[in-house]
Amino acid sequence: MLLIHCPYCKEKLPELEFEYAGQAHIARPENPAEQTDAEWRDYLFIRSNVRGDHAEQWRHSHGCGRYFNALRNTVSDKFIATYEIGQACPTSHAEGEENNEQLES
Amino acid sequence: MAFNSTVETLPAMGRFSLRCKRENTVAMSKALGFELPSSISETAQSGDMTALKLGPDEWMLTCPMEARSEIEKSLAAIYPDAVHSLTDISSREVSIRISGPEAEELLSTSCPRNLAELKSGRGVRTIFDSVQVILTREEQNQFRLDVWRSFVPHVMGLLTVAVAEFECGL
Ligand SMILES: [Zn+2]
Repeated sequence: MLLIHCPYCKEKLPELEFEYAGQAHIARPENPAEQTDAEWRDYLFIRSNVRGDHAEQWRHSHGCGRYFNALRNTVSDKFIATYEIGQACPTSHAEGEENNEQLES
Repeated sequence: MAFNSTVETLPAMGRFSLRCKRENTVAMSKALGFELPSSISETAQSGDMTALKLGPDEWMLTCPMEARSEIEKSLAAIYPDAVHSLTDISSREVSIRISGPEAEELLSTSCPRNLAELKSGRGVRTIFDSVQVILTREEQNQFRLDVWRSFVPHVMGLLTVAVAEFECGL
């Protein structure tokens, strides 16, 4: 089982207490009414499909209840960092060719 | 080897869910008459009232059933200055007490947490065989599980089976 560090509880806790919640750092447009259909579609549905370090949201749903962000390598499943909502994404360290390969949409 | 632990459900107790922002915790503590714990998993106690911090802005208060209206009144009085949410959740959960030298091992049959790291006097929300529970370590060898009412037969069933297995040395 994976152990995930919750930045609010400040503890490494079992994966079973957590829930994955999609790609991180996607800001809701300030004024949806001004969006074109294509922009709104992109906001709602278009996500990257990273093979490597991926910034994503998780929720400590069976714990403190908070959403937080995590940088996880989708190949090794290793959590590089977890951080509070509102903080900037820590830069990932390239460890090899597997990192940051992105399948562009 | 003799087995010496017990599993029992506890009589009804008063329970509140309290949510408030950090800047209001001082006013809350003043109205309650004791300081709310400031870090997650910490508990504070005053007489027969306890507070357990579950999340950054969330506490669970417990008290005797008859003390509930008193708490509601004292917090309602400061509501205009210290906005908060206080919800009576007394009947939502049933408490189960597990005590004895094998208590930690009994719980570990269905709880994925490293229970050795949960210190005496601390509590957390966690999971017990897919059921969300609040687990408090009241003493080194005494735990309390607060379980949502409809999940109690499932949790008690698992604990009963675990006790039976321990008793026959499995
Ligand atoms: Zn947490």
